[in-house]
Amino acid sequence: MTTHLEHHFDNLEQQHEAATLGMWVFLATEVLLFGGFFLGYAVYRMAYPQAFADATHHLALPEALPWYLKSIFLGTVNTAILLCSSLMVALAVHAAQEGKNRGVVRFLVAAIVLGVLFLFIKGLEYYLKYEEHLVPGLTFSYEGANPLVAQIFFSFYFVGTGLHALHMLIGIGVLAVIAWMSARQHFSAEYYTPVEMAGIYWHFVDVVWVFLFPLFYLMGLHR
Amino acid sequence: MNKQNAATSHRQKNTEKSHRIVSTGVYYRVFFGLMVLLILTVAVAFVDAGPWGSAIALTIAIAKALLIMLFFMHVWYSSHLTQVFAAAALFWLGVLFVLALSDYLTRGNQWTTAM
Repeated sequence: MTTHLEHHFDNLEQQHEAATLGMWVFLATEVLLFGGFFLGYAVYRMAYPQAFADATHHLALPEALPWYLKSIFLGTVNTAILLCSSLMVALAVHAAQEGKNRGVVRFLVAAIVLGVLFLFIKGLEYYLKYEEHLVPGLTFSYEGANPLVAQIFFSFYFVGTGLHALHMLIGIGVLAVIAWMSARQHFSAEYYTPVEMAGIYWHFVDVVWVFLFPLFYLMGLHR
Repeated sequence: MNKQNAATSHRQKNTEKSHRIVSTGVYYRVFFGLMVLLILTVAVAFVDAGPWGSAIALTIAIAKALLIMLFFMHVWYSSHLTQVFAAAALFWLGVLFVLALSDYLTRGNQWTTAM
């Protein structure tokens, strides 16, 4: 048990507290990274409210596609998948606190599978946007009014969801390492800090999506 | 001496708090709340709420984010210092938005005419 205690800490409690604070300092930098993106989006949305609402409608409810391929459906399903994965990670941390390594592995594998499913659906959406000629810079064609502003909207869409997807990839890698460590009985009821820290990161990525979803799929859906 | 005791007991309270095991019932209830909010926000998006549509969507998003932060990310159960660190992240985000928007929102529409 004491083997997990680094020499510069008095005890495991203090070490756990230091890790938690460090994690939140890192997340503060992440908040400001995504904050800059959301600020840019807010400035352009306020400058071109109608064009952005039209573009949101164009993104979420493309008329040419059946309902199960419309982004509003795929995006809602993806949000539910991410929320489920967050529940799995919360239950994995709970299992770790009780010293049940097998439970940690099971819940983390479930979260990883859900995360991969999310990225698969996201990839399908990107492919459909490519087919609809909605990728800025690549033969962008848009029938609505103000295609120039729509191009800015879709640039925000690809940068925002792309940055989020990158965080998902990193999160899946982190969860996989933690699952592997759990399978090797690395954690116990006394020492489970890495499981909790990985969980906090995964939940943060979930929070980012919670804001991306209304900004690109919902605001402007009704016309 | 008394002061020292008070400080020690305060520290103990804090560390106990940070290591409190949250019951799985809390996680299931939070998850249920998140799913209800998801269904609600998608349903509202199809309804004509006029200028309130965006405000409702963002309010629901903030509610979901708070649920995740407080319970899934354990901020509710963390030490006061951790809570201050989490709040600081949101405070700086607020500074970023307030200062930048106080500029852009008071420029009239001059800067948009270029497009």
